[in-house]
Amino acid sequence: MKRAALILLPYSWLVVLFLVPFIIVVKISLSDPALSIPPYSPTLDLSAGWAGLTSFFGALDFDNFRFLTTDNLYWMAYLSSLKIAVISTFVALLVAYPIAYGMARAPEEWRPTLLMLVILPFWSSFLIRVYSWKAILANEGLLNQLLLWIGVISEPLTILNTPTAVYIGIVYTYLPFMVLPLYSALEKLDTSLLEAAEDLGCTRFQAFWLVTFPLSRNGIIAGCFLVFIPVMGEFVIPALLGGSQTLMIGKVLWEEFFSNRDWPVASAVAVILLAILVIPIVLFQRNEEKQREAEG
Amino acid sequence: MAHSNPQDVFAPWTDPDAKPLIRFANVTKRFGDFTAIDDLTIDIYEREFFALLGPSGCGKTTIMRMLAGFETPTEGTIELDGRDIARVPPNLRPVNMMFQSYALFPHLSVWDNIAFGLKRSDMAKDEIPARVEEMLRLTRLDRFAKRKPHQISGGQRQRVALARALAKAPKLLLLDEPLGALDKKLREETQFELMDIQEKTGTTFVIVTHDQEEAMTVASRVAVMDHGKIKQVDTPAHIYETPASTYVADFIGDVNLFRGTATARGDGTYSIDYGEGSAPIEVSECDLSLETGASVTFAIRPEKIRVSSEPPEDRDNVVEGTIIDIGYLGNLSTYHVELPGGQMVKASMTNATRLSRRDFTWEDKIWLSFRSSAGVVLTE
Amino acid sequence: MRRLSWFNATSLTLGFAFLYMPMVILVIYSFNESKLVTVWAGFSTKWYGELFRNEAFLDAAWVTLRVAIFSSTLATILGTAAAYVLVRGGKFFGKTLFSGMIYAPLVMPDVILGLSLLLLFISVGLDRGMLTIILAHTTFSMCYVAVVVSSRLVSFDRSLEEAAYDLGCTPWDAFRSVTLPIIAPAVISGWLLGFTLSLDDLVIASFAAGPASTTLPIKIFSAVRLGVSPEINALSSILIGLVTIGVISFSITTKRAAIRRMREENAT
Repeated sequence: MKRAALILLPYSWLVVLFLVPFIIVVKISLSDPALSIPPYSPTLDLSAGWAGLTSFFGALDFDNFRFLTTDNLYWMAYLSSLKIAVISTFVALLVAYPIAYGMARAPEEWRPTLLMLVILPFWSSFLIRVYSWKAILANEGLLNQLLLWIGVISEPLTILNTPTAVYIGIVYTYLPFMVLPLYSALEKLDTSLLEAAEDLGCTRFQAFWLVTFPLSRNGIIAGCFLVFIPVMGEFVIPALLGGSQTLMIGKVLWEEFFSNRDWPVASAVAVILLAILVIPIVLFQRNEEKQREAEG
Repeated sequence: MAHSNPQDVFAPWTDPDAKPLIRFANVTKRFGDFTAIDDLTIDIYEREFFALLGPSGCGKTTIMRMLAGFETPTEGTIELDGRDIARVPPNLRPVNMMFQSYALFPHLSVWDNIAFGLKRSDMAKDEIPARVEEMLRLTRLDRFAKRKPHQISGGQRQRVALARALAKAPKLLLLDEPLGALDKKLREETQFELMDIQEKTGTTFVIVTHDQEEAMTVASRVAVMDHGKIKQVDTPAHIYETPASTYVADFIGDVNLFRGTATARGDGTYSIDYGEGSAPIEVSECDLSLETGASVTFAIRPEKIRVSSEPPEDRDNVVEGTIIDIGYLGNLSTYHVELPGGQMVKASMTNATRLSRRDFTWEDKIWLSFRSSAGVVLTE
Repeated sequence: MRRLSWFNATSLTLGFAFLYMPMVILVIYSFNESKLVTVWAGFSTKWYGELFRNEAFLDAAWVTLRVAIFSSTLATILGTAAAYVLVRGGKFFGKTLFSGMIYAPLVMPDVILGLSLLLLFISVGLDRGMLTIILAHTTFSMCYVAVVVSSRLVSFDRSLEEAAYDLGCTPWDAFRSVTLPIIAPAVISGWLLGFTLSLDDLVIASFAAGPASTTLPIKIFSAVRLGVSPEINALSSILIGLVTIGVISFSITTKRAAIRRMREENAT
């Protein structure tokens, strides 16, 4: 009996506050917008019994999804999110790899401190970390002041409110997610493998390319998924740094909901976003499982 | 040690009126399709030191876990003192267990680990300290009472686990590979310590082990198991000298097996033909009644075979062979000898003198000999 | 490889400079006299003073704190129960669905979680306010707690619990006196994780909050959306300072505990 209660408590919490809301999203994405409260139709009227139920399901349709395909805005937003996610994941990997490598090769007594330094930003506010770039990237901001002072440029660059600013913001805020799995993969690496490779005639660089890099593959895969998946649905970074130029689907969803109050379309946008994300999420889970099995 | 003292033989299993403490009656345990225990029936008596011996996966741990209450039998009954305990949860059984990993609570001191069970029994609060002290003395841990498990050595941890399991004075103590984590020397010392403690407390011990030497040393009776079935239950000496099957003979110690056909010579004597062109093995004092032509296995321990350079005259069985390999083990040497028919035989001799005179060496032709009563005839 | 090569030293220096420079600049400029955040006009603490006179920010901070404490505590209880059920509960109906529901919120975009919760609150007629934010935060925090606690439970020697039953514990007694003390560090980290996630969350809170209950991130977001403000710099500096002190002191205490635990585990 106690066991049943223990299972039921978290189980029913998640059903009510995660599963049911999600079903509601799917349902509303199939409804029509209406100028009423709530701003969609049909609403389920259980008092009408079976007839109510059939008329309810009869009124559901894929109009919102059809609408999404006809309006270029949505296409562009999905594609642009995808592009931004892919490029920034790749850049984050390039930036994170040397950091993780340096950490893994640092003297053992430094490593916990270095690790904490990577994790520390993760604990401090995401919003504030994104915001901190606003003052740096602005036209009269510190970066432009620095570049003007050095003399690299004569006119201030426009970075804020462009996709470049969004890339910088994403790489910056998601960097720890990339560094951590890379570090844990590289740290496990036995240095005698590199010595063996050099002993067998490899140069340092060949040893890295033929031994270290392939053995850190799991860390690379995990890190890329950990950055790619949340970036696809990102809202805060494009909203603060991207201006009106940057199109990302998370922002479109937000505006559709709060500005246009078109709940059915917002729900349809959410359903499609999730459908796109299911593939990388499943791949990621499978990779994690494989790794767990490999490690026994 | 009561069971090895000839004046006071401890053998309740030979007494038909003795009531067993534990009675397994037709117990079967299945995990899905896998049958871990197959229709098992055994009795274990009070004050016994009973060993369950077998390779890993033979079901010995499952028997122990059913006694502790972590598994319930699929079929059959388990009685403790005449009461069916198959469905009694582990916390309500007068049975305690010493875990293979010791399972000492890392957040509690040695003292608190030992007191853990007492605090959950009906013992009065003010009696607990005295009982804990008693257990600490019994296991010679007095000086370590305040330490945490990670602050003491492996041997000491093993004794804490024993003290904790014994503190509640259980009717039955289960020991799951209790010495597996100790090194060889410490293990041998601890075996005698275990026997001593069993003697002092008078508790019934059931031990699970895959180490045949350990089972032989500590146990009053040994049950040899294979694939969920008990192959033989007997005293260590009986198991060794008169194994009931080739499996038991092969599992306990070293053995030479000759497969052949028996010819009855009457009065418990047989001759066994085991190979084309070899003289048959003459066997006497055999309890089996075999038909002529029955296929049997003759089993003989290496130390019962003598190696000599000339054929001895006082032995019933003499055969010539060639030394292929010699294993020097210090206290004895084992010779691997090839018979004319190609069969390999192991014979061992104690090295009674300090410097081996190198009587025999590789490729030497030698004579193997043994008495007609030195081996056993097996039909399984 | 005892010492760092110049390559590794450079990449570490540049990497950590990249990670920390923006926050350092933010903190420095929070002491700027000028209203223009990009021009240094001398040291001043006046923006901190302004901040503490700003009732709206103080109210929002108070709401945020209460939400974080309630939701992370509730999430710790639910998440620990969920982890225990997942790892130790054996088989039960819908276990796959259950573990799916634990892992899904970790990877699902905030906008979708927020949207779906808002639609639920509206369809059951629940007024949006502190309660709805707490419900929303508890839901995703409990999943993080469950993951942290279950990874600790998986590495936990099962025979310790069996030993407790064997020595006379009921299941609840065994959980209280053996399991809980051993997994306590994971439960505490789970609580802290839930607490900071709740403090930090903007997107889900924006969906779940009503007009009467605004959290600090929502307040900050609406203030900085259009530009940079020195008051927000001061507020951010305070938050960064609190987190730094909190994380450093927590990691020092847990480092000690972890060293002790590692020794204990090697011993058993």
